[in-house]
This record gives sequence, C-alpha cells and structure tokens, in this order.
Amino acid sequence: MSSKVTDQSDVISPELMNKVKPAKWEEVPLVLNNRSFHWVTEKICGIVEQKTPTWWWWCFITALSIASFTGLGLVYLVSTGVGVWGNNNPVNWGWAIVNFVFWIGIGHAGTLISAVLCLLKQKWRTSINRASEAMTVFAVICAGIFPLFHVGRVWFAWWLFPIPNANAIWPQFRSPLEWDVFAVSTYATVSILFWYMGMIPDLAIIRDRAKETWRKYFYGVLAMGWRNANNHWRNFEMAYLLLAGLSTPLVLSVHTIVSFDFAVANLPGWHTTIFPPYFVAGAIFSGFGMVLTLLLPLRAIFRLHDLITEKHIHNMCKIILATGSMVGYAYAMEFFIAWYGANSYEGFAFINRAFGNYWWAYWIMVSCNVICPQLFWFKGIINNIPLVWIISIFVNIGMWFERFVIANTTLSRDFLPSSWGYYSPTVVDLFTFFGTFGFFSVLFLLFIRFLPLMPMAEVKSVMPAADPHGGKH
Amino acid sequence: MNIKYGVAATFNSAKSLFDAAGKVREEGYKEWECYTPIPVHGLDAQMGIGRSKVPRFTLAGGITGFCTGMLIVWYMNAFDYPLIVGGKPYFSMIYPFPVFYELTILFAAFGTLFGMFFLNRLPRHNHPIFEHPSFGRTGDDKYMIVIEVEDHKFDDEATPAFLKDVGGKSITVIREPVN
Repeated sequence: MSSKVTDQSDVISPELMNKVKPAKWEEVPLVLNNRSFHWVTEKICGIVEQKTPTWWWWCFITALSIASFTGLGLVYLVSTGVGVWGNNNPVNWGWAIVNFVFWIGIGHAGTLISAVLCLLKQKWRTSINRASEAMTVFAVICAGIFPLFHVGRVWFAWWLFPIPNANAIWPQFRSPLEWDVFAVSTYATVSILFWYMGMIPDLAIIRDRAKETWRKYFYGVLAMGWRNANNHWRNFEMAYLLLAGLSTPLVLSVHTIVSFDFAVANLPGWHTTIFPPYFVAGAIFSGFGMVLTLLLPLRAIFRLHDLITEKHIHNMCKIILATGSMVGYAYAMEFFIAWYGANSYEGFAFINRAFGNYWWAYWIMVSCNVICPQLFWFKGIINNIPLVWIISIFVNIGMWFERFVIANTTLSRDFLPSSWGYYSPTVVDLFTFFGTFGFFSVLFLLFIRFLPLMPMAEVKSVMPAADPHGGKH
Repeated sequence: MNIKYGVAATFNSAKSLFDAAGKVREEGYKEWECYTPIPVHGLDAQMGIGRSKVPRFTLAGGITGFCTGMLIVWYMNAFDYPLIVGGKPYFSMIYPFPVFYELTILFAAFGTLFGMFFLNRLPRHNHPIFEHPSFGRTGDDKYMIVIEVEDHKFDDEATPAFLKDVGGKSITVIREPVN
C-alpha cells in the first residue's frame, strides 16, 4: 500500500516544528496504486460494456426464481384473503410490519452515505455511494410491498393518498400511519431523484463510448444531453449539495416517523420517547450491514480493490460498531426506564420481552446486534474480509429480529390476559418474505449490469490529479 | 452545409486548464466554456462566473411544498369533511407536521432537480460540441476550452493562435451540421 506522510514543515518554521514535535499523520490515498483517470473510466464503464458474464446469468436466474416466491405468495394472498397470513388477534401486524421496517431500515445506509457523509466531506464515500443508493431504492421498493398488501384489499391502496374517491372520505391525517405514507413515498421519490441525478454525468460517459445503436439511444436518453461543461458542473454540484442537504433531514425523519407507528400507540413497550433515535441508529446499523454484504462480493468479482480499499471497509466496520453500540445502549436504556418509570405494564412488557414467550427471538437479537459488532474492535477481525462479510449478515439477521421482538412481544401479551395469543408465521408469510430477497437481487443485478456502479467524476475528484493547483494548496 | 460553432483546444491536466482559463478570461472573451471530466475546484471564479442559481428553485419548491401540505390537511380534515377522531382538533400546526415536513422536502427536491435541468438547458441532445471528434474524452481524462464564434473578440486567426499560446493542444474548429 502506498501512502504519503504529510507534515507542515514547508509552511511552519523549522525551529517551531522542532519545539512542538508534531505527530506524523499518515494519509492513506482513497484510490490505490496511483491509478489514472482513464483507468477509472475503463474500470467502471468496462463493467457495463463487457459481454454479460456467465455468473451474472446464473445469479439472475436464481434471483428470479426466488423472487417468484413473493409473486406466488401475493397472488395467493390477494385471491384468498389476508387470513392466509399468520396475523391474528391480538397480533394484527405480524410479519408485514416487521418486514416493512426491516427493508426500509436497510435503505437508510444508502442515504447516509450519499447525503450525510457528503455534507461531512467524507471523501471515502465516493466509491461506495452509488451502489448504496441503488440498495436504498430497491430496499424501499421491497419495503413498500408489505404495507401495500397488508391493507387487505390492495386494489384500494390508493385511498391512502389524498386523491378524491367515490366515498368522499379523505385520508385521516391524525394517524401516524398516514404520516408514514407521506414519509415513505417522499423517501422513495427523493432517493430515486438523487440516485438518478448523480448518475447523469456517468451515463453521458457511457453514451459517448457507446458503439451499438441501442446503447447510444438508451444511455443517450438517460443522460439528457449532459456535456461535461463547467456551467453544467456548477449547477450540478449545487443541486447535488442541496439534495444532500434535503436528504439528511429526510432520512432522519423517515425512520422517526416509522417509529411513530409504534411510539404514538398507547401500548407498553412501544410508547417510549427513545424510539425515534433508537430506530434511526438501528436503521443505519442494518443498512451498513447490507452495504458490506453487497459490496464485498462485488469488490472481489470486479477486482475493485484499488477503489474499495481496506480503509473503506474499516470505516464501514467502525460505523457498524458505533451504531451497534448505540442500539445496545438503547436496549439497556429501555429496560432501565421500564424499571425506573415504575409502570407495572411497562415493566411486565420488558420482562416478557427477555424471558417470556418470545425469549429466543430476544436473545438472537441481542447476540447479533449487541455482541457481534463488538468484534469489530479487533484489527484481526476487520482485516479478515470473509469474517467481516459473515458478521454483516448476522447484523441483518439481528435487525430483522429486533423488529420482530418489538412488534410481537407487545402485541401477543396485551392488557387482557384472556386475549393473549402466540403468533407464528404461515408458509405464505415465509414465501412472501423470502421472495423479496430474490426481488431485491434481481433489481440489484440489473443495476450492476446496466448502470454505472460508481460515480466516476466523484472518484476522480478525490484523486491527486484532480487538484488544479498541482498539490499546492 | 456547415456553420462554424467555435474553436476547441484540449489540455491534459486540471492545472493547465485552470491556468489557461484564467488567461482566456483576462483576454476579455465572454462566450466560451470549459469541458472537464470532473468539477474542477475553483474554476467558476477563474472563469469569472458567479454562484449557481439552483438554490432559488429549491427554496421555491420548499415553500410550495409546505403550503401544499397545510392546504390539503386543512381542506380535507377541517373544511371539506370534518371528522372527530380521538378528540384531536380538525386542524392544527402540530399533529400533521410530518406531512408538511415531508412535502416540503419532496417539492424542494423536485425544484432542485428541475432547476438544475432548466439552468443547464437540458435535455438537449443536439449540441454542436458533440461534433468534436474527441469530445468523448472530456468525460474521461481530457480537458477542453471552446471559444464560440459568437464572441465579440473571436477572430479566425487570432483566437486559435491565442489558445495555442495558453497551452492548448490539438486546436480544432467545431462545425455545426445544418440540413
């Protein structure tokens, strides 16, 4: 690994430097092996221009077959009725809400990388932001399936939107579920806009390199006639910064409003003020888990080691460690407040969560979300890529169980012991959820086949050759 | 038939383009443009152009979104079909705030994107610059300055010579095909 050591000796007098003896700061470059701009262009465009690899077809066919499980599950649901899901009284929400929150949470890391890290001027984000934004868009699509079909008569789902209908009844804006409709649809739309706008200069590069006619038209239309002019870049950069600025409060609000679905309800275990920050931290935690799950294989397949360096992986591990610790703190704090608040219902809800009917789900959650990420303190573990990949999957499993635990422990043990029940999913639940992984993979595979995997201009911008002052700032 | 659009000169590094752009501005040219694979830091000031106007569109979008949010909640839940739910008021600034908030962001984002398109005069698929044989390289690793015929200082001989002086390589005349 080539690295450069910088000190301030050329601007500060040597006597002062001798007196202070500042520590040497080793700066690891973001693109390794002194690659040129042309290498970056060839590498990224090459992925979409090459002949479709055989592995891609195998993965695509497998993903498509898995996705058909969702299709079958939904067709059966619509033709028969919501009774085919395991939802029952008192657990009316079941897997639908669990899967919804799981997928929407995954999306949050993409926006965090593209927006929050952009505002914080974290240059390492450039090589991972495009794929993470794609992940966001596809995860939100998968999330949308569940509430859409959970409404029962899915052909009336448009009643959720403020559109006049034959009943002359409008949506009810006092319900957090209606806020959720606005939050999630805005999130999906803004994520797609941000993703697409960032892609325009890269689509133009592919357009200009295109040989086949379909390619010229396909990328030509998508690139909107972009021509790399400074005036274009000036407005583009401003628009990018503004969209980053808009997405940051958006991403924080979306999971906050998702948590309101629970927190605004007067149920023990849900009605807590810690929910919004705790949900946002959990969302970022699970999202980074998914980013690692997706990018580590891509890095190996496309040999992107110079672009997604060890530094990138270490940084992502650190974010998982930080947010995982926040989630662990939130779990502990919930218990503390349940005890300190001296509300017997709240106290019961938490004792029941850890030692009641769903104790196994609770302890899976704790081992995956609290214990697993703590392994990232160790250098030996974050340098072991296969192990990082396995831990990233455990993070995802843990976060799915977190939502399961929150939704089901509370609902299955409500205020009247006579209505207590035990929720188990049916095979239709299992099929529908399993299939969404295939659906997600289909979309992601199409993305890596046809769209630029990394923002080339942004990657080039963090390379030394991008500096118009020749390295002398 | 062809119409002359302008003269192009290429540069191999951000630094050489940056220095040349300063000289073009000092020379007094007005109708000219730099084509770069990356947004070059500080080039706007070097070319003598100001801040982008995209934020105005964002602000307009945001204000429209906020007002739209208030309007739909008030109209639907307090004016057209008032329903008593949970003892809450028909309209308030507080409970539907998430709706205002989300619509503010949604409309501001649309304002930003369409503002960017409008200010860049996109989509436009037929610009004369695309006739330059190696225009594609400006997305890869080449930098280019184009001075248009429209410029009041443009001269068939002096302008190409000037571009060569400031370090430009492969000086090319761009012609716009006209049917």
